Amino acid sequence: MAELLSVRGLRVDFVTDGGVAQVLDGINLDVGRGEVVGLVGESGCGKTTLARAILGILPAGAARVRGGEVRFRGADLLRQDPAVLNARVRGKAITFIPQDPSTSLSPLFPVQTQIMDLMKWKSPRAGNGAGARWPLWRYPRGRYHADREAVLEALRAVQIPEPARALRRLPHEFSGGQRQRLMIAMALLPQPDLIIADEPTTALDVTIQAQILRLLRELVKARGVSVLFTTHDLGTAHEICDRVVVMYAGQEMEAAPTEAFFARPAHPYTRRLLASVPTATGELRDIPGDVPSLVAPPPGCRFHPRCEYATPECQARPALRALAPDHGVRCHHPVDGPVGIGA
Amino acid sequence: MSGQPPLLELVELVRHFPVRNAFGRRTGWIRAVDGVSLAVYPGETIGLVGESGCGKSTLGKTVMGIHAPTAGDIRFAGREIGRLPPRERRAIARDLQYVYQDPGASLDPRWKVLHSLHEPLKIHTRLSHAEREQQVRAILAAVGLPDAHLDHYPHELSGGQQRRVGLARILTLRPRMVILDEPTSGLDVSVQASVLKLVRALQQAFALTYVFISHDLAVVRAMCARIAVMYLGKLVEVGDTAAVFEEPRHPYTRSLLAAVPRIGGRRVTLDFALEGEPPNPRDVPSGCRFRTRCPLVQDRCAVEEPPLREVDGRRVACHFA
Repeated sequence: MAELLSVRGLRVDFVTDGGVAQVLDGINLDVGRGEVVGLVGESGCGKTTLARAILGILPAGAARVRGGEVRFRGADLLRQDPAVLNARVRGKAITFIPQDPSTSLSPLFPVQTQIMDLMKWKSPRAGNGAGARWPLWRYPRGRYHADREAVLEALRAVQIPEPARALRRLPHEFSGGQRQRLMIAMALLPQPDLIIADEPTTALDVTIQAQILRLLRELVKARGVSVLFTTHDLGTAHEICDRVVVMYAGQEMEAAPTEAFFARPAHPYTRRLLASVPTATGELRDIPGDVPSLVAPPPGCRFHPRCEYATPECQARPALRALAPDHGVRCHHPVDGPVGIGA
Repeated sequence: MSGQPPLLELVELVRHFPVRNAFGRRTGWIRAVDGVSLAVYPGETIGLVGESGCGKSTLGKTVMGIHAPTAGDIRFAGREIGRLPPRERRAIARDLQYVYQDPGASLDPRWKVLHSLHEPLKIHTRLSHAEREQQVRAILAAVGLPDAHLDHYPHELSGGQQRRVGLARILTLRPRMVILDEPTSGLDVSVQASVLKLVRALQQAFALTYVFISHDLAVVRAMCARIAVMYLGKLVEVGDTAAVFEEPRHPYTRSLLAAVPRIGGRRVTLDFALEGEPPNPRDVPSGCRFRTRCPLVQDRCAVEEPPLREVDGRRVACHFA
């Protein structure tokens, strides 16, 4: 499969009061065309930082990209002209679905104003960077009507009832699930190649989550859009992803197709993580120890202080080991066999 | 279990909130809790599940006396506590405690952990400082935190540690019953497992009775022997957890269980059928509250509200259960 996005050896540091935190430590990640890739990990593992690094929206003062590359459609985004990035990539070729839709819409303006503002600059009919440097640039009439038709079409696709009336409403008049539907519509409207979805269903109830996951998967599969889906919920990853990548403390640990990932996880961390999901029998297994500080992380594999298989060898970061054509693990001591998890 | 009298008994408990317009005139009611009857027996863990806005937290807070009940009875250890004068009600608080959803927000950010743990003892007991200090340290050890944490401020603790402090804070009073409101929401699975383990160990050590409020069905299944499912202010199904998960009788319970992702199985989103979202609790549908989304709906459901009736050793509120 042709890779749409490939991140190689990405290192990002954050300057904090307590020192320099090495938030991403040589991350590798691939997203193929039309593929839904889950980025799974616990809070603080760097999922959001990675998503932001790809979008080029790391906080300018605190974050330092120390090395690596982010190749998107063959070009390295980290070394591209920011103006070009803004005009052609961010919000157009790569769009974003946020975790909390209620803070992503302005409470003061009707939804229509906000979606049409997006379309004014990022519509697929806008050409590359037309008028982007000129804030008073007027929205051509013909394009406005074409774009508005596209917006109504998108709202129908995400199953918002009565789209024309819905557009005149304010964000608070929508429920949480409907607001997330609006965000999905807005992410699809620029006809992107890649959507980065940052925990889009965390704030939703299970029944709404099931509806949204199904809708998102159907829409992206029908349009051939790739998705990078970050989540801390393994069940959600199982529902929507073709492939899963698991991260721990700024390092990627294992990448595998969804089925293999859940059936035959090889990295000790992945196995521990899967085992800590509550089971029907009521057995509870946690991971002993704490997540390491990113200011002074352990050398080599960052999981080794908590790992039952650790040896002195683990002081050096293990190279990628391919267990199957599409199943890679970064561990000196990969474990074989299924992990015992219940329904 | 049923041999003993219930420790907590709710009889047709109602809590409505008035909705007012800009001029302070009442324009309607939010029927957050609308006639809930439930018995909780000593030593058990009962799970209270439902989607956000179904009234499960309001129910917990009404039992705790944070909200006054609009109607109905709350009987704790055989005594009606819903309408007690404040002074007498405060005495009950020693035995009946509430763990807030987000301990980060319920701990005072300017108090050290030590101060927060002393506070309940200062209010409810006449112990000397030295005696309190001794109890605080014992409890801190019981929740698995080192003494060094006594000198920390809440922001210096991780989410899991904050939950532990939250639990320690209520356990210093040795309550008989604890209402846990979403004790693991916002935690990672591995931390969640360790907090749940602790919750279970504390139940053994302190002979606690738990009401476990959660929207996470996997957690409730692992923790609770009995489960009560709530929808729009009413209970729709109450029964043994294993039986309810095995064969849910109410269509809402069925949909709720069907929506939970099952790792390793078939993708549940492929078959998931429930449409729409819960109606506004200001504007509750007539008859059965679930009828607007129910796959089994018939004309009768709009007219007649199904009572919570006994079916095969559990209680279900559906005409077709």
